[in-house]
Amino acid sequence: MEQLFTVSGTTLTMHLPAEVDHHSSEQLKTEADRMIRNYNIRRVVFDFGRTVFMDSSGIGMIIGRYKMARYMGGSAVAVRVSARMQRILALSGIGRVIDIYGEVPQQLNLD
Amino acid sequence: MQQNEMKLEFDSRSCNEGFARVTVAAFLTQLNPTLEEVADVKTAVSEAVTNAIIHGYEGQVRTITITCRIEAEDFFVEVADEGRGIADVALAMEPMYTTKAECDRAGMGFAFMEAFMDGLEVDSAPGMGTRVRMRKHIANVNKMER
Repeated sequence: MEQLFTVSGTTLTMHLPAEVDHHSSEQLKTEADRMIRNYNIRRVVFDFGRTVFMDSSGIGMIIGRYKMARYMGGSAVAVRVSARMQRILALSGIGRVIDIYGEVPQQLNLD
Repeated sequence: MQQNEMKLEFDSRSCNEGFARVTVAAFLTQLNPTLEEVADVKTAVSEAVTNAIIHGYEGQVRTITITCRIEAEDFFVEVADEGRGIADVALAMEPMYTTKAECDRAGMGFAFMEAFMDGLEVDSAPGMGTRVRMRKHIANVNKMER
């Protein structure tokens, strides 16, 4: 199975799967929350690089992890977001609280 | 393609969400939809099926029935469960309304169905299950008559 999480300093990158639905979100949530707590995470990066499908369960998963990062005094961003995923994210209004990028911007200092 | 129908019954397990939307998308292809239209229908079906699993059956494994019908350039899909039903459908359909916020539910399911389909009707009552009927107009029909 492909790697779903990488930790670098206090940044947790979630490499989202091809399909982010209720089924896959449930599995991602548990593991992400454990890592955010255990690694003192301050920033969560949602990497959409391989994601081709997402529904509102994915939105719920992202909002939940964003809230957790914020509770720890941190923030969240979404990177490598395709046009379709942009549309899904825009519909949810989540762009008001997390920055959304089509690529991986230099200033984020990610690998 | 004048008229064509199919019916799908499956267990309300979350691992069937992907199966359900992909199967509906496969049936839809005979209308020669654009990739975006296929994605719209897949998203809407995924929302309705997820609602049936989480809210209708509340995690119990029972049967979800999907019926699809093609009529000229219109695609109709109904997702039905025989679960607990919805007391106040109008309230349930309000964006951000959810009864399961603690489970990280965004309350956007019906809003997504509405956004991605051309018609949405919800028929439900407590103890009577829920039927979600959706319509999508697919232009350019008959390019690939089968």
